[in-house]
Amino acid sequence: AWASYMTNSPTLIVMIGLPARGKTYMSKKLTRYLNWIGVPTKVFNLGVYRREAVKSYKSYDFFRHDNKEAMEIRKRCALVALEDVKSYLLEESGQIAVFDATNTTRERRDLILNFAKENAFKVFFVESVCDDPEVIAANILEVKVSSPDYPERHRENVMEDFLKRIECYKVTYQPLDPDDYDKDLSFIKVINVGQRFLVNRVQDYIQSKIVYYLMNIHVQPRTIYLCRHGESEYNLLGRIGGDSGLSPRGKQFSQALKKFIEEQEIVDLKVWTSQLKRTIQTAECLGVLYEQWKILNEIDAGVCEEMTYAEIEAKYPEEFAMRDQEKYLYRYPGGESYQDLVQRLEPVIMELERQGNVLVISHQAVMRCLLAYFLDKSADELPYLRCPLHTIFKLTPVAYGCKVETITTDVEAVNTHREKPSLNSHTLPSRQSPVRMRRNSFTPRASADTVKRPRHHSLGSKPLHLLGPLPSLD
Amino acid sequence: VCMTNCPTLIVMVGLPARGKTYISKKLTRYLNWIGVPTKEFNVGQYRRDLVKKYKSFEFFLPDNEEGLKIRKQCALAALNDVRQYLSEENGHVAVFDATNTTRERRETIYKFGEENGYKTFFVESVCVDPEVIAANIVQVKLGSPDYVDCSNDEATEDFMKRIECYKNSYETLDETLDKDLSYIKIMDVGRSYLVNRVMDHIQSRIVYYLMNIHVTPRSIYLCRHGESELNLKGRIGGDPGLSVRGKEFAKSLSQFINEQNIKDLKVWTSQMKRTIQTAEALGVPYEQWKVLNEIDAGVCEEMTYEEIQENYPLEFALRDQDKYRYRYPKGESYEDLVQRLEPVIMELERQENVLVICHQAVMRCLLAYFLDKPAEQLPYLKCPLHTVLKLTPVAYGKCSYIYLLYKSGYTHQER
Repeated sequence: AWASYMTNSPTLIVMIGLPARGKTYMSKKLTRYLNWIGVPTKVFNLGVYRREAVKSYKSYDFFRHDNKEAMEIRKRCALVALEDVKSYLLEESGQIAVFDATNTTRERRDLILNFAKENAFKVFFVESVCDDPEVIAANILEVKVSSPDYPERHRENVMEDFLKRIECYKVTYQPLDPDDYDKDLSFIKVINVGQRFLVNRVQDYIQSKIVYYLMNIHVQPRTIYLCRHGESEYNLLGRIGGDSGLSPRGKQFSQALKKFIEEQEIVDLKVWTSQLKRTIQTAECLGVLYEQWKILNEIDAGVCEEMTYAEIEAKYPEEFAMRDQEKYLYRYPGGESYQDLVQRLEPVIMELERQGNVLVISHQAVMRCLLAYFLDKSADELPYLRCPLHTIFKLTPVAYGCKVETITTDVEAVNTHREKPSLNSHTLPSRQSPVRMRRNSFTPRASADTVKRPRHHSLGSKPLHLLGPLPSLD
Repeated sequence: VCMTNCPTLIVMVGLPARGKTYISKKLTRYLNWIGVPTKEFNVGQYRRDLVKKYKSFEFFLPDNEEGLKIRKQCALAALNDVRQYLSEENGHVAVFDATNTTRERRETIYKFGEENGYKTFFVESVCVDPEVIAANIVQVKLGSPDYVDCSNDEATEDFMKRIECYKNSYETLDETLDKDLSYIKIMDVGRSYLVNRVMDHIQSRIVYYLMNIHVTPRSIYLCRHGESELNLKGRIGGDPGLSVRGKEFAKSLSQFINEQNIKDLKVWTSQMKRTIQTAEALGVPYEQWKVLNEIDAGVCEEMTYEEIQENYPLEFALRDQDKYRYRYPKGESYEDLVQRLEPVIMELERQENVLVICHQAVMRCLLAYFLDKPAEQLPYLKCPLHTVLKLTPVAYGKCSYIYLLYKSGYTHQER
């Protein structure tokens, strides 16, 4: 993975902050982002370890700093969690571990720093500081009331107990001190839910990406709508890629989309399309301003552009088989892989994070990549996510994740989804699959057949008017 | 992406010799390269134009009435030009480069921004390390027009006193008093940053850029792959391997790199055969970047220019009219290329010594960034085969460059 190239030693991200400051929210979101861009990352939430050790939570008394027995248990949990971190980073090919706990004392952070030093991990702290009582109350209602610690879920009792829990931590809280004690540490301090940031000693590429990401996310409520272009002429013919226009049913879908958007009564909706005809035509029907992104163009199928799957299987049987074996990594000769697509879509994700309400009209492979990001789907699942034509996905951030609603319009369309075929069992371990072997070999990523088939027609220039036959390329 | 709706006014803040002009010029260069029309306005320059001859630091004494009057006049003249640039000349971003060390001055500028519908973003540089300041003075102040008749010692002494003039009235951006402003405070040349209320996409990009640049001395080496089989036939694009001469170049390159004895050199290539084969000869680890692939010539891939002219005369003519924006049918334009190369530029800023083995159009784009060449000139920059360009940052974020290792092989087409 390209991003994973950039990291050498494993990194331990250490969250810091009083309870209900959004540490777990940031941990999970950051982990989802890093995994999506190809950097194996895992969250280690200390609360989970504590709940394992102490089966039944009784009250905030457990968290009092003078509760010696509880302090012992909590320390032991931290050590167990760190052992799991070590195992993940050193033995399980993890690259980044996110240690999600309050880590509010220097003593605890020194313990973690020593642990990291012993194991040659880089450490990056993410501290969340917030003194706005409304934000904290909202957090408690959103995620704590439904926590396993409070099975009876009585809101007022939960609120009362949790606020007392926070008080227990406040007594011993030592925030990061950039001017003196902690001036040599690498960290970002997120203040009041992203209003302000203090960034200290960013060491490398991945830390700089983490900082950029954390500075672009926000918690304002909003909705993201994802859909494909309306059915295209090529969809009807079963041909992949190309740059065809909408079929009559595709045009119907655009009308249905327009109606749906109007009914949703969305405030300040931004509309994004690719630079291919079919998404642009779909957006045109909406009668609103829209932005064209070249990087939202469909995956480039290289030599297979504009062929049907039957034609591909007949003409390139080996390629066809390889693609089914490792659909995420497989790169069409002269074209792209899903992995390449994720890399090119990263700026779209970053901008989606910054924005409010957005409708993205894209393509099957592109939409699978975006959906995988929002719904935290792995690279194995991504190429097989169902993104049918004429269906709108409505994504709303909720608690620690995303709620997804699918809205089917009643406009029919062809089915363009191919399931993963059941394959004969291999004798080769996956690390040595033909797709991976090809990738790692010296021979270039483009195929030997470098004849370019007609590719995306860009709307930047007028369609080709051939004045003579194309010369042969001997 | 539409970066800016209303224009943005970037306001530098900081004592003299804190790198404000360095940051202004570099930021302006970057924004222009990514296609955001940006211009810097250096108030010191306005002062030099008005007060023909600089006498001494006394001009800057806080109780020098006449000095204060002239300085305020210059600031207002500069702001007037800012307004003209942003409101009448289609500029998107103006960088107001001055000390702006008092809250009062910043208030004035902020109001000016509000009146004209600009978003204001402050960039403050704070540095107390005397070594850094001394180095800055040596690098850029001793050669300033203000000190053309002075010895180095005299100039340094005067400049230090000039800084003192500002110190007493310096009001740094404050977390409480300035909590509603949008700003980034850069501390100790990038050791740490305080970022407050980033408002929009362009401010977020500016912050990301400022957090990735550094001032550690280093060099960037740019070259193309060795001569390829298609180069020999005069054909563009494709994915051919190296010709015999190309392989010789790869060997010379390897020798050259070894002789240079560069510390911790990183080597980057594209994912096309010809750059990979060139790098292989070096015998060191290298990273392949897909975004470094040559410009996609679409339907014209692997044709000669004569064939293109014969078969697509209209396209051929269109390309010559606006080579930067012209997009090959089913291919890319230079403008597309710049967009896809932006992560390379960002990573080059983060890195230290790097050798980038790429392609003609790609190299032109990278070179245009480093040498601050506008879009009209970019597609005509000379990037011959078998030539290595060594870029070294000098004063004010500019780059000096030298050609090394020139041999035969030339695919540059004149306008």
